[in-house]
Amino acid sequence: MKGVRHYPGFLTMAVACLVILYAPLIVVTVYSFNASTSITTWGGFSWRWYGDVFTGPEAPRFKAAAWNSITIAVLAASAATTIAVAASLAMIRGGRFRGKSATFALINLPLMVPEIVTAVATLIFFSAIGLVTGYMTILIAHIVFCIPFAYLPITARLQGIEDSYEQAARDLYATQWQAFRLVLLPLMLPGVISGFLLAFIISLDDFIITNFVKGAGMETLPTAIFGSVKQGIKPNIMAISTMMLAVSVLFVTLSYLVNRIGQRTRS
Amino acid sequence: MAGLTPSGQGNGSGYRRIVAPLLLPTWLMIGIFLVLPVLLMAIYSFLTKEFRGGVIWDFTLASYDQFFLNRGLFGDEPPVIEWTYITIFWRSIWQAAVATLICLAIGFPTAWFIATRPPRSRAIWLFLITIPYWVNLLIRTVSLKFLIRDNGPLNEPLMALGLITDPLPLVNTNLAVQLGLFYSYLPFMVLPIYAAVERYNFALSEAAADLYASRWVTLWEIVLPVVKPGIIAGCILVFVPSLGAFLAPDLLGGAKTFMIGSLIDEQFRGSQGNWPFGAAAAMILMTLVLIVLMFYARAQAREGAR
Repeated sequence: MKGVRHYPGFLTMAVACLVILYAPLIVVTVYSFNASTSITTWGGFSWRWYGDVFTGPEAPRFKAAAWNSITIAVLAASAATTIAVAASLAMIRGGRFRGKSATFALINLPLMVPEIVTAVATLIFFSAIGLVTGYMTILIAHIVFCIPFAYLPITARLQGIEDSYEQAARDLYATQWQAFRLVLLPLMLPGVISGFLLAFIISLDDFIITNFVKGAGMETLPTAIFGSVKQGIKPNIMAISTMMLAVSVLFVTLSYLVNRIGQRTRS
Repeated sequence: MAGLTPSGQGNGSGYRRIVAPLLLPTWLMIGIFLVLPVLLMAIYSFLTKEFRGGVIWDFTLASYDQFFLNRGLFGDEPPVIEWTYITIFWRSIWQAAVATLICLAIGFPTAWFIATRPPRSRAIWLFLITIPYWVNLLIRTVSLKFLIRDNGPLNEPLMALGLITDPLPLVNTNLAVQLGLFYSYLPFMVLPIYAAVERYNFALSEAAADLYASRWVTLWEIVLPVVKPGIIAGCILVFVPSLGAFLAPDLLGGAKTFMIGSLIDEQFRGSQGNWPFGAAAAMILMTLVLIVLMFYARAQAREGAR
């Protein structure tokens, strides 16, 4: 008997699932190495379009956009992670308090509101209070939607840490701050790092909200790519896409490994 | 001398006393920059539009009126239902529903297959399924467009082999948009179903098999009711973002596949825009999403009560 777990065709579906998910990414990666100027014909392997990204006519625009994207992602992820660490300490170690479930809903709110609604509301708010849209407005919007993504892995980690370690530190006359910095934070670190990495990617990826609150003349990588793609997919866009893809895969793999190591240290 | 008294069991290492300062940054950030803006958006949907893309603080129902009713070119004819925007919303709901069904049809077998692997290969499969989610959505959508376009790497070999004479007309169709939405949110379907199947007690299936139930009858009668919460969660997680999606319809669809996201986006572009109308459309979209989420919460509460 093949067992009740086996269903004919399910393996095929799972493989199909992977093929569908990866085929477009693989095709674009392959074509980013195409020597030909035309995107339809294959002209042999070349690094040409990667060179074009860094030195070609559009290079200054992409460089500025990449700088904005990366600095915003670092700042937004740092701020969101700090806020999320404080919030998770209160939510997990703070016992019962009034407004706990409301706070939980608030933290998850950025995930519940459709992105385009957040984008519209944020734009209206910034224009109503007279804040000029630009770098600062993008950064603020990014911090807000990064909070739940940083919060999830941090809370998951903190839930698995007994408070006896800190109790021991406190019994040995550590102040609360020392007990946090020297005992709890190192134990939480895998969750904190993985929260930071996820927030970083989420910020780097965002298009819709950024597109609304960026203002004229300001670009991040996704908005710059979107602007170019509107006039047709060019080979240099495929080279940029492949590089961004590599960064995403690298960061997710890092986050995954950090979590794995964290699990090992716990058990 | 507080230090002399042992901190004792279960006082949470002192975090209880500082709950408010710890949560203050969260309350301020999300409260000021998300809750307040959404409330302001609700107010804006009742204001009068100004011509260069702003508002005049005159309260009116004009935006909602424009959305649902047609009063003729000069606004003096008896109102009839305006179908333009209702059709766009209906199309969005329909596209999102089809995308959700495609995700379910492919996601369920995949989730089941992964959950029945040995733990080691399970982790690898899950990792492979989640990676694309972390790749930039714009890049994924552009890649899909590149793959399925008329002279693209999908059509060319098929034509070269003589399997088709004309390229499959994929880009700028409803199917392309559904495919794009499916491609964007598939991992959201697989993960919750996987979590449900993983907790499923296979002894139930064995009992059914002992009583001569066929595999598929067991799946339908025994498994589905048990893993239903996971399926519902997956459907919500795919349907809700699909409803307000902007990139897939904009890049993969044509004029005929205009969806809510593009409609709202258009209202905030340059001098042609209409901010109160855009705010009203966003309010209607948010209401739709809230209704879906409320159904979900009720379904969950009912599951919990059982």
